[in-house]
Amino acid sequence: MSDVVAVILMVGITAYALFGGADFGAGFWDLTAGGTERGRAPRAVITHSIGPVWEANHVWLIFCLVVLWTAFSEAFASITLTLFVPLSIAALGIVFRGSAFAFRKEVTRTSSQRNFGVAFAASSVIVPYCMGAVAGAIASGRVPAGGKAGDPWSSWINATSILGGVLAVTVCAYLAAVYMVWDARRIGRPGMVEYFRRRAVGAAIVAGVVALAGIVVLHADSIYVFHGLMSRALPLVIVSALCGLGSLALLMRSKQSGARLLAMGAVATVVLGWGVAQYPYILPTSMKLSAAASPDPTLWSVVIVFVVAAVVILPSLGLLYYLDQRDLLGSPVVEPGIVDDDG
Amino acid sequence: MTSALGWVLAVNPVPWARSQMAFTLAFHIVLVPLGVAWGFMTLVANYRAIKKNDADALVLAQRWSKYMAVTFAVGAVTGTVLSFEFGLLWPRFMGRFGDAFGIPFAVEGLFFFLEAIFIAVYIYGWKRLKPWPHFWTGVPVVIAGIGGTVSVVAANAWMNEPSGFTLNSAGKVVDVDPWGVIFNKAMPLQTIHMLIAAYLVGGFLIASVYAFAMLRGRRDRYHRIGFLIPFTVAAIAVPFQMLVGDELARWVYNNEPTKFAAIEMVPKTSSDVPETLFGHLDDKGEVVGGIEIPGLASILSDPSQGTGTVIQGLDAFPKNARPTNAEVDVVHLGWDVMVGLGTLLFLLSLWYFAAWVFKRRMPKSKLFLLIATVAGVLSVITLEAGWVVTEVGRQPWIVRNYMRVEQAATANTGVWVTFFAVLFIYLGLGVTVILVLRLMSRRWREGEGDVDAGGPYGPRPTPPPTDSTAPKELVT
Repeated sequence: MSDVVAVILMVGITAYALFGGADFGAGFWDLTAGGTERGRAPRAVITHSIGPVWEANHVWLIFCLVVLWTAFSEAFASITLTLFVPLSIAALGIVFRGSAFAFRKEVTRTSSQRNFGVAFAASSVIVPYCMGAVAGAIASGRVPAGGKAGDPWSSWINATSILGGVLAVTVCAYLAAVYMVWDARRIGRPGMVEYFRRRAVGAAIVAGVVALAGIVVLHADSIYVFHGLMSRALPLVIVSALCGLGSLALLMRSKQSGARLLAMGAVATVVLGWGVAQYPYILPTSMKLSAAASPDPTLWSVVIVFVVAAVVILPSLGLLYYLDQRDLLGSPVVEPGIVDDDG
Repeated sequence: MTSALGWVLAVNPVPWARSQMAFTLAFHIVLVPLGVAWGFMTLVANYRAIKKNDADALVLAQRWSKYMAVTFAVGAVTGTVLSFEFGLLWPRFMGRFGDAFGIPFAVEGLFFFLEAIFIAVYIYGWKRLKPWPHFWTGVPVVIAGIGGTVSVVAANAWMNEPSGFTLNSAGKVVDVDPWGVIFNKAMPLQTIHMLIAAYLVGGFLIASVYAFAMLRGRRDRYHRIGFLIPFTVAAIAVPFQMLVGDELARWVYNNEPTKFAAIEMVPKTSSDVPETLFGHLDDKGEVVGGIEIPGLASILSDPSQGTGTVIQGLDAFPKNARPTNAEVDVVHLGWDVMVGLGTLLFLLSLWYFAAWVFKRRMPKSKLFLLIATVAGVLSVITLEAGWVVTEVGRQPWIVRNYMRVEQAATANTGVWVTFFAVLFIYLGLGVTVILVLRLMSRRWREGEGDVDAGGPYGPRPTPPPTDSTAPKELVT
């Protein structure tokens, strides 16, 4: 039973990475888009691209937290006890990201837009870094079970956590760039299609290099997960590599739709690979999923909620994405300053 | 360096964790009425706009939905912080009771998802969706707001009245009855009380903005509708809230006697207990100051027994199982403020309805508008006071009779740092939200584009709202 809920948790984490992650990645490109004039066109695409969907995507995080604390309460307590610092930074980063993005759309003065823009974009990089560092801390076995805290600093400032953080930021940037190639074409911005295509290629290469380097890091620092990746999770690792290479090849030939699907596959398999690699532990190697699991009726509640979500929420999300992709969701406000053209 | 850092950070985390949780909740709870009730009021305006071809109502609905986009975003992220805080501040609570306490949140997650999806469709859908389908995409937002409120408050009610779980001898939860958790005995009244509060506060808060505008002379139709819709919702909610509140108080009398003793500030068990307005407890735990109304607390607690009703005093409970004297003062003051302001809002509602009955129009006097302007803030204070009563009144427990707050808290000694970080960030956030909302309103008043001009049923161009003679037939 605990395995079933663990799968549900992994589905949530994967969805958050694929959708929420891309919204953070959009912030990365916002940060690097340059000065007011130069960055105007890409920022318009970014605002247009994540505006209607980021809040719904954000809910996957809440979903993961709720599943974790309801179904694996003791593991949740251990994680929050040890990783107080990066999780606090992430929580406040989320406040900055969400509110600054909402504010930026509503203010008209360029200086205000720039300030909110910086807050939005910088926090969009910090939050995934912290999340990745948290994942690294868990994967490398630095979160002890049993109500005692691990080291407040070295638990998340170490080789695996840095790998996790950097990988999270690059993967988010990669996904976002790939999606925005698509979005830019959809809204008729050929200049921006090329702009984001070049960045997607760059991010794909960087993410690939980081992932390769990661194998070395994990071998040195997180031996349990390393062995898992090289055995149980090896098929996922291979699929991920193939998807990544495939999406890179398609991006170079400007075949956006296939590239988008393969990019999602590459990222999803990385996340799932992590989960499979540390099975059967939720906290390698001090707490197994079965040991952390709540009583069965609680697990059943989570399963039922998930089934209801699959029946009600997925079609609703589908509707949102459908309307968004068909361009039926216009911008709710004029965006003076962020002009909708790319010259 | 580590030791120096350790020394700087070595501060007892419990009071800071309590302060941080209290502050972030107090902030978030102001956004709750807007998130829960504003959608409903927007749909009322939207319905009117389509049904009666009402251009003013249409502009209102569109603008409200755009304000909502801002307040919903801030509510979503401050709500996320609360989720993190459950673990960051109270890991031992979550570790031990997450398997029971978490269940209502799993349900809430569904509603939050639904709300986030459809609020996006609704807010962004003005331009390209047809009027009626667009209207219907707003309905799930209202339903999700109600469902979300019920779920979250069910979790809070469970802390007051824990049930639906079995402990082994070591105190570990070994079995859970999910229905017993969600439908705990405190849940029905507490959820209804908060739900009505959301509509009441949301209504008064939104109406107060338009009351202020009317005071300043903007008495056109647009502002009148902007006032009438939310104020009517709030004014209808008030009497119901008083009935539910009365019922809930009696429930607390029967089921949470320590909280009730604090509410009524009763040091010693007795019958014929007076209702004390204000006042506080001195060092010896005696009531000082305040105005006593003889016998009233007993009469209200059980009208059938009148002044013979016995109320258990604080002395009936061990010192370590009831709120401290200082906490009793806070609970009692919170209670007085909630009931006092609630009564004031009730009188204001009576005035409003009386004008409709006798004059067939809303009251137009400056005094009424002035009070209605202040009522927005007053209703928020009422809400906060009520929340203080329920939370501080539960002390020293986080899970009543099962776990104390200090047993639940994190051992991280750096909580005071995050407290100050949160304090400054949230103060900045609060000010910015208000400034941004005002900026939006000013921009629209100056006639700089409502954006969706040119949409299939958007006004084109936007009629300036200050002009009461704005043509009515703009809706197609």
